[in-house]
Amino acid sequence: SVVAMPTVSRVAVCGGTHGNELAGIYLVREMLKKRADGTEPVSVVTVMSNPRAAQLCVRYVETDLNRCFTRAALSAPVSETSPYEMIRSQELNALLGPKASAQAVDLLCDLHNTTANTGLCLITYSDRDWICLHICKHLEMASTPVRYVHFDIPLNEAYSLDSVGKHGFAMEIGPQPHGVVRSVIFSAMQEGVQLMMDWICQFNSGTLFEGGWVDVYTMVKNIDYPRDSETHVITAAVHPNLQDRDFCLLHPGDPMFLCFSGETLRYRGKEALYPFFINEGAYYEKGVALSLARKRRVQIPSVRSETLR
Amino acid sequence: MSSRTNVSCLHEAKRVAIFGGTHGNEMSGITLVNMWKQNSAEIERNGLLIKPFISNPKAVKKCTRYIDTDLNRAFTPENLSAPDVEGLLYEVQRAKEINRMFGPKGSSDAYDVIFDLHNTTSNMGSTLILESSTDLFNLQMVHYIKKAMAPHTCSVLLNEHPQLKYSTTRSVAKHPIGLEVGPQPQGVLRSNVFESMRTILKHALDFIEFFNSGVEFPPCTVDVFRVQERMDYPRDTNGNITAMVHPHLQDCDWEPLNRGDPMFLTFDGRTILYEGANTVYPTFINEAAYYEKQQAFTTTCREILSANAIRKAFK
Repeated sequence: SVVAMPTVSRVAVCGGTHGNELAGIYLVREMLKKRADGTEPVSVVTVMSNPRAAQLCVRYVETDLNRCFTRAALSAPVSETSPYEMIRSQELNALLGPKASAQAVDLLCDLHNTTANTGLCLITYSDRDWICLHICKHLEMASTPVRYVHFDIPLNEAYSLDSVGKHGFAMEIGPQPHGVVRSVIFSAMQEGVQLMMDWICQFNSGTLFEGGWVDVYTMVKNIDYPRDSETHVITAAVHPNLQDRDFCLLHPGDPMFLCFSGETLRYRGKEALYPFFINEGAYYEKGVALSLARKRRVQIPSVRSETLR
Repeated sequence: MSSRTNVSCLHEAKRVAIFGGTHGNEMSGITLVNMWKQNSAEIERNGLLIKPFISNPKAVKKCTRYIDTDLNRAFTPENLSAPDVEGLLYEVQRAKEINRMFGPKGSSDAYDVIFDLHNTTSNMGSTLILESSTDLFNLQMVHYIKKAMAPHTCSVLLNEHPQLKYSTTRSVAKHPIGLEVGPQPQGVLRSNVFESMRTILKHALDFIEFFNSGVEFPPCTVDVFRVQERMDYPRDTNGNITAMVHPHLQDCDWEPLNRGDPMFLTFDGRTILYEGANTVYPTFINEAAYYEKQQAFTTTCREILSANAIRKAFK
């Protein structure tokens, strides 16, 4: 059976949500240069989410913009003295949302980079959003693996910009240092966005997309660095055997950290899980050395856009 | 066998400093120095005063390269002689302080050796940076380190260029050495990079200890890459970059770049070729901190430097 879904008529592509994640920033700048001439099959709004941070080439100016989209943050009273990103998240919500309303854009694609060796990930809050899952299935790229990552958080508490759209995901590509644009990463992001737009255009024009299976990685927990109990300073680095091995199954007993003292610390969990965001530079301050996910195959139905009456 | 006249007798190197955090987001040096400040056992050597030191603590606290201005460009004669007034840039103040503690630069009171620990987003591997082609002590030390690290490669970068040479934090010492290990993103600590830097320092301190104990080091040669030119990204009239380092050049630090080789790839897919007449050896390819310094990569040429035998001078 085929699931009929509304057309994806309004799309937002956002870059620079973190001002030092450069592939998205340069891609958005290139997209903004091209003037819309009204013949585009899909209406796309291209946004530089955090222009002040992008100007300074920093992740954020006062607070992480990509944590400012919970229902609480979006409805908090703001004034000129509020942190810049709290004001900005409400502006973006007005422009692209409001979140959880009928006026929100149909799909919000938020472009990110990571220092971790993640390849291309679509990161979202749902494991049954057929639009997002079909886009993921469509994104087969020679240059990079493509994976679907799911954070099981209810919409109210979903904190990132992509949660503003009716459908949404972060398109996260690594590895790339912050403050650097690597041409293979830029090209991969450009191709990813293009393939996403191709799917949307085909979907909107009535193409039937056959169902099938998508591997979904659902976040289970984060692991912090070992730290000195008094000073809180980290006492180890990600182990060389784990470094750059995002999405390679981590078994109980596998090396996880190599202490400066020379000792190896091993994964003590009972369940083999998939590590990702291994050694992301921005996560030291958040107390995250790596995240762990469970993988399962999700069956997705065939989909076609609803015929307008 | 070396005759007495061919051996250079140099002063004992008694005071050594190890600087981390000259750039507050280059994590290997910061981590090593903090570790050694807490427990210095690993860096202790007979007869040597070794001081681990965080050069830019405010930048380290914020995990940013610098607060007001790049500390590693701040040790100019103008800055070091600037009067102590209100409103001095933080790093200029800091440069004066460091010059007081470890210098004064150019004087006989200055520290003998300063190792300045850096990381780069470029694929430079382990690199030792020299500022002089005639500092025999440094040339012999670098030769020793390279041999000790083998088969792991240590490249040697020589920046003696009259215009492109800059006033580094380490230049306060009689024998300044830069340690640059990459690739590592800013704000990230990679175990392999950390351990490489740690090992280089171990060998460096061993050398100094041997030298101070009277060991004579025979004449040697050192393969170096001498800084030639800075190459910027192509930019538009607003100063924004219009191209990225080409995938064929990305990560190819120290490899030959010939006329006609791809150099940049524009955002709309056009390749820009290297047009220089001579083969060059690029380094610092796509270093994050150099976008604002108008530097996509630095060209170098290969050279072999010679050093006399050296021995500690007897009193």
